[in-house]
Amino acid sequence: MAIGVKVLPRPERQVSYVRAALKGMVLTFKHMLQPKVTMQYPEEKSTADERGQYAISPRWRGTHRMLADEQGRTKCVACGLCPQICPANCIKLVPGEDEEGNRYPLIYEIDEFRCVFCGYCQEVCPEEAIHVGVHYENAEYSRDRFVYDLERLSSQVHPVSSLWDPADPRGE
Amino acid sequence: MSAEYKGFLLLSVLKMIVVFTVVLIGVALLTLMERKVSAWMQNRRGPNRVGWAGLLQPAADGLKNIIKEETFPASANPVIFTLAPVMAFIPALLLSAVIPWAAPLPVHFDVRLPLLGPVSYHGMLSMAVADLPVGFLFVLAVSSLGVYGIALAGWSSNNKYSLLGGLRSSAQMVSYEVAMGMSLIPVLLITGNVGFAEIVTAQQNGLWFVLPLFLSCFIFLVAGFAETNRLPFDLPEAESELVAGYHTEYSAMKFSMFPISEYANMATVSAMVVTLFFGGWDLPGPWSPAPGALRTLLTGGMMFAKVMFFLFLFMWIRWTLPRFRYDQLMALGWKVMLPLAILYVMLIAVALWGLEHWAGIGNPKVRMGALFGLNLIVGYGVFFVLDRGLILAGSYRARPPTAPAPLSTPRTG
Repeated sequence: MAIGVKVLPRPERQVSYVRAALKGMVLTFKHMLQPKVTMQYPEEKSTADERGQYAISPRWRGTHRMLADEQGRTKCVACGLCPQICPANCIKLVPGEDEEGNRYPLIYEIDEFRCVFCGYCQEVCPEEAIHVGVHYENAEYSRDRFVYDLERLSSQVHPVSSLWDPADPRGE
Repeated sequence: MSAEYKGFLLLSVLKMIVVFTVVLIGVALLTLMERKVSAWMQNRRGPNRVGWAGLLQPAADGLKNIIKEETFPASANPVIFTLAPVMAFIPALLLSAVIPWAAPLPVHFDVRLPLLGPVSYHGMLSMAVADLPVGFLFVLAVSSLGVYGIALAGWSSNNKYSLLGGLRSSAQMVSYEVAMGMSLIPVLLITGNVGFAEIVTAQQNGLWFVLPLFLSCFIFLVAGFAETNRLPFDLPEAESELVAGYHTEYSAMKFSMFPISEYANMATVSAMVVTLFFGGWDLPGPWSPAPGALRTLLTGGMMFAKVMFFLFLFMWIRWTLPRFRYDQLMALGWKVMLPLAILYVMLIAVALWGLEHWAGIGNPKVRMGALFGLNLIVGYGVFFVLDRGLILAGSYRARPPTAPAPLSTPRTG
C-alpha cells in the first residue's frame, strides 16, 4: 500500500446500540469540559508574537510597508525593480532626482486590490525599502482607499515578513 | 356566581398566566441553551454577544424573525399553509396545562375585590393549570394532534421535499405513538389511575417508577424523542436529505413557530417523563417540608431541576447520535419497541398479580423493590443479551462477508 491508509478495526461481534450510545454520550460530555478553542475576535487578535495563543506566522505576507533610513528619509531609490518584477502590475513608480543626483520616488503607489501578495517586491528590493507586512486587518469604506500612496506606506508600523532574511539576501 | 367559584376562576387565570408565560419564555431560552450546549460539545463558546452571556440572543432572533419577509409559494394551499404552524404550536402549548408543576399549595383567603366582589378559596390548590382526571390520556391524545401541523405543513407547501418530510413525520409519529401508549400501561397497572396527581402520590408512597418500571421509562423516553422529532429521529427534517423537510418553504415567524413548538414539545415530554417516572415534583422523602408555601417552592424547584436535566439529555443525545435511516426507524418502532412494550406489560401484570396473590405483599415499597429486582434481570437481558444485533439493531442483518467481484468480469449487453 503506497499511501498510509488508516484501517479502523471493525467490531467482530455486534455491539449493543444502547451501550455504544452511552459511550458516545460520555465522549461528548467530556468535550463540554474541555477548554474552548474559539478566538474572541475583536477582543483577542492574532499577533505576530509567536508566543501568543493565536500567532500569525512571521512568513505571512500582508499589506505593504515602506521603511525609512536613520534620517527618516524613505529608503527607496526609485530603481524600478519592483514595478518590473510585480506579476500583478500593481506598483506605480515615478522616479525623481534631487540636486545632488539622488533618486527618490516622486509617486509610489501600490494598488492593494490588484496585489497578489507574492512578496517579489520585497525580495527584489536592493535597498530593503518595500516590505510585505505581517498584518491582516485592511477594511476600508471605499475602494480608492486601497491604493496606498508613499505616505501611507511609510506610516505603517506593523512588523514585516521575515520570509527573506535581510542578512542573507540570496537565501544561501 | 358564588364567591368560591370566583376564587377558583381567579386562581385558574393566575395559574394560566404564570404557566404560559414561564413556558413561552422558557422555550425561547431553550433555543439559546441548545446553541450553548451544542457549542460546548464542539469545544466552542456559543452565542455570547447579545446581552450577558448571550441571554438576549432569543430576543434578537425573535425580532429578526418578526421583521423578515414572509415568503409564500405560489402553488401552496394558502389556508392550510398559514394554519399549519399554528396547528403545530397549539398542542405543544396546551400540554403544559395539565402537568402538576409543584406540590399543592394550601390556600385560604376570603376577600372583597373591586369589580369582582367577594372572592374566596379554601383548600389545596393544585399547581397544574387544569388538574384533569384523565391525566396522561389527555396528553397522549393532544400530543398526537401535533402531527397534523407537521403533515399539513409538508403537504400544503406543494414541494416534494416538504411532502416527504410531512409523510415521514406522520408515519413516524403514528408508529411511536403506539409504543408510547403501551409503555404507559405498566404505570397504570401499578397506580390504577391515569391522573398525574395520583401517579405522583403513588411514587411518593413507593419508589420512583424509573426503578420498578425501568424498561417502560426507557421505551417512553425513546418514543418521546421520536414524537418530538428530535435527533436521532429527526427524519421529517433530515436536512441532509430533504433540504429542511416540512418547513422548507416557511420563513419568518411562520418558520419560527415550528422550532418553538418543537422546544415546547420537548419541555412537555421532559415534564411527562419526570412526572411519570421520576417522582414528578417529589422531593426525596426526608427533605420534604410540611405542606405550605415553602414546600410548593422547593418542590417546584425540584421539578424544574429534573425537567432541565431531561432537556439537557435531549440536547446531549442530539449532539451525540447520528440520524437513523428511515427503515431502521420504522423497524425499531414496530419490531422492537412495540413488542418489547407489550411483553413488558404482560410481565409487569403477571409480576404484580403474583406479588399480590402468591407472595401476599401489600406494602407498596416492598412491592416496588421486588419489581426493581425483576427489572435488573430484565434490563440485563435486554441491554446485554438482546441488544447485541439480535433485536435493537433495527433492520441490520448480519451477512456473511462476500468476496469482492472479480475485476475482469466480462461485460454483457
